[in-house]
Amino acid sequence: MSETKALESMIGEEYKYGFTTDVEYEDFPKGINEDVVRLISEKKNEPEWMTEFRLKAYRAWTEMEEPSWFNATYEKPKFDTLQFYSAPKNKPKLNSLDEVDPNIRETYEKLGIPLDEQKMLAGVAVDAVFDSVSIFTTFKEKLAEAGVIFCSISEAVQDYPELVKKYMGSVVPVRDNFYAALNSAVFSDGSFCYVPKDTICPMELSTYFRINNMNSGQFERTLIIAEENSHVSYLEGCTAPMFDEHQLHAAVVELVALDNAEIKYSTIQNWYSGDEEGRGGIYNFVTKRGACRGKNSKISWTQLETGSAVTLKYPSVILQGDNSVGEFFSVAVTNKRQQADTGTKMIHIGKNTKSTIISKGISAGRSDNSYRGQVKISKKADNARNYSQCDSMLIGQTCGAHTFPYIESANPTGKIEHEATTSRVGEDQIFYLQQRGISEDDAISLIVNGFCKEVLKELPMEFAVEANKLLGIKLEGSVG
Amino acid sequence: MLELKNLHAEVEGEGIEILKGVNLKVNKGEIHAIMGPNGSGKSTLAKVIAGHPEYEVTGGDIIYKGESILEMDPDERAHAGVFLAFQYPVEVPGVTNTTLLRESYNTIAASRGREELDPLEFDDYIREKLDLVEMNPDFLERSVNTGFSGGEKKRNEIFQMAVLQPTLSLLDETDSGLDIDALRIVSEGINKLHGEEDAVVLITHYQRLLNYIVPDYVHVMLGGRIVKSGGKELAFELEEKGYDWLESLAKVNGEAK
Ligand SMILES: Nc1ncnc2c1ncn2[C@@H]1O[C@H](COP(=O)(O)OP(=O)(O)O)[C@@H](O)[C@H]1O
Ligand SMILES: [Mg+2]
Repeated sequence: MSETKALESMIGEEYKYGFTTDVEYEDFPKGINEDVVRLISEKKNEPEWMTEFRLKAYRAWTEMEEPSWFNATYEKPKFDTLQFYSAPKNKPKLNSLDEVDPNIRETYEKLGIPLDEQKMLAGVAVDAVFDSVSIFTTFKEKLAEAGVIFCSISEAVQDYPELVKKYMGSVVPVRDNFYAALNSAVFSDGSFCYVPKDTICPMELSTYFRINNMNSGQFERTLIIAEENSHVSYLEGCTAPMFDEHQLHAAVVELVALDNAEIKYSTIQNWYSGDEEGRGGIYNFVTKRGACRGKNSKISWTQLETGSAVTLKYPSVILQGDNSVGEFFSVAVTNKRQQADTGTKMIHIGKNTKSTIISKGISAGRSDNSYRGQVKISKKADNARNYSQCDSMLIGQTCGAHTFPYIESANPTGKIEHEATTSRVGEDQIFYLQQRGISEDDAISLIVNGFCKEVLKELPMEFAVEANKLLGIKLEGSVG
Repeated sequence: MLELKNLHAEVEGEGIEILKGVNLKVNKGEIHAIMGPNGSGKSTLAKVIAGHPEYEVTGGDIIYKGESILEMDPDERAHAGVFLAFQYPVEVPGVTNTTLLRESYNTIAASRGREELDPLEFDDYIREKLDLVEMNPDFLERSVNTGFSGGEKKRNEIFQMAVLQPTLSLLDETDSGLDIDALRIVSEGINKLHGEEDAVVLITHYQRLLNYIVPDYVHVMLGGRIVKSGGKELAFELEEKGYDWLESLAKVNGEAK
């Protein structure tokens, strides 16, 4: 399998991941209450403290209101008929690949993510999450040799309870926001990664999320901890079948970087985005946050958001350690009736902290694309610096682009720079390229790729070429 | 090579007629100059031949290599060898000259059943072409036309022409914006590129370009028509008398049609 193949498969042409897999699911009640929360915890055989964590979150959630401050309108999820947990039936504790349900195995094959290590991308370890549960994690042994733990969060709760207890909820507290509270109550699975002191993770880590069940929500939880002087690069990819109904995806991702540690987190989000009329598609409401706890630590978010009917997502960095660095590189593409309200928060607390925000929003069709970002420099953050650049590109006349920057500075030594541009892909630009022999679709793809260049170059190399392709495919036929 | 037959065109959807019956015949190996005052329709003519969607052909025909190309998309016309050096080249931020040219070259090559060049071969190939217009190699890695001066944009157009080797080159006011040295260099480049198998149509309203590139025919465009054609002497006559003396001619011709 070539190195770029995996991503190619995450991307697909005219949504080729819209298929469903026939699997038998465990029975599970619909709706949510304390019993449901307890039942999830029980199913997962969790220790008392974990159950308590969930219940506390659930109680907090019941007191919270669904937010509505963003620039998107949609029908609210119906929590009383939603299924909060969905696990394929044949799922004993999997020790070998042979035990994975053949249908599910085939699903990942079809997606271009074979779980067989021999066929895998060299240098990339995968955790496959199907609906609510982690199906299989590859290259565990190889990573263990380096001391790196990479497993499902469920396993981590069982095998590394001290680490989970210490860090889960420490970056995104259970009452942080409506969807984070909900996730904390019902999260089913996700990935866990721990990189010990003085360790450079020997391979690219990735999680491949697949929603299959039409009626279930997906609530996954990811926790990555990088100890002093360690380094890890992680990539997540997402696809889902095409249904006429909306599915809810409400994840929480927490990153912790200690002294001199570096975490690079990349996302290629290609959930089903709904049809021309706005039917179906995923609600992508996720809370992603990293804490640069140690001095000289660095957290970098790179995202390529192309799917979902509605995206509300603000990967953020809390810059606690002195000299720590936060980065956010984003390309958000919306087409048809998609709505995206995405951006970041950079919270400067330590001295000499530095953050960079590069956001590229591309809107086509009848979509709406908003950048929303907050830069906050607290009192003690001497010499903090931020540079933000938010560029919007419009294709056609019926889409919208908006920028909402919020800047707060409580320290006079802080330096904040913000630049924003809006441009339109013009007929003249396309004609110029067509006159040079390039087809209309390729011309758009070239213009858009040029526009996103600074962000795309931040993606792990193996995936960059295919990311270009994804952009082209998403915007095919969007002019004329 | 190219034959325009009573070509009429208007701005798409607005009903403003700009080309009001253009007739022109260009054979291979020839250089034609089209002159005329501002607003006479020269750029529109070039864009219509290249297939710009902003204009609709409402009458007449464009015959290229023996066939009507009216139904062809702009990229297909480019594959067939039509090249337009723009009066106002467009900026494409983030896309380097090399990226654009390699994509163009390979797409055109593929459409003609020729071998594509790999990045290394392509690099050798374009460096050779750079010399032809004496362009600094730094321009290869710069975004297409982005932040280029007027003259640099024009030189870049001719550089692209050198790389793509078209059979029909429409050069729209390539001379404007070039200083005298650049004009000489670019003109020499065009002369070297031109041969027995291709044709060049120069659009200009100054005679000075024609000191460097000697046309076989000169046409004068006025009010969306070619009102007079002649040999290269016509250019001198225009330089001397201006366009005014042709105005009446335009009217007479217009009423006659
Ligand atoms: N898209 C357009 N919409 C309206 N008028 C146009 C358009 N394009 C060209 N024109 C008009 O057509 C005439 C010819 O323009 P042009 O071909 O650019 O002239 P030239 O190149 O000879 O100076 C001008 O009056 C110009 O304003
Ligand atoms: Mg003109």
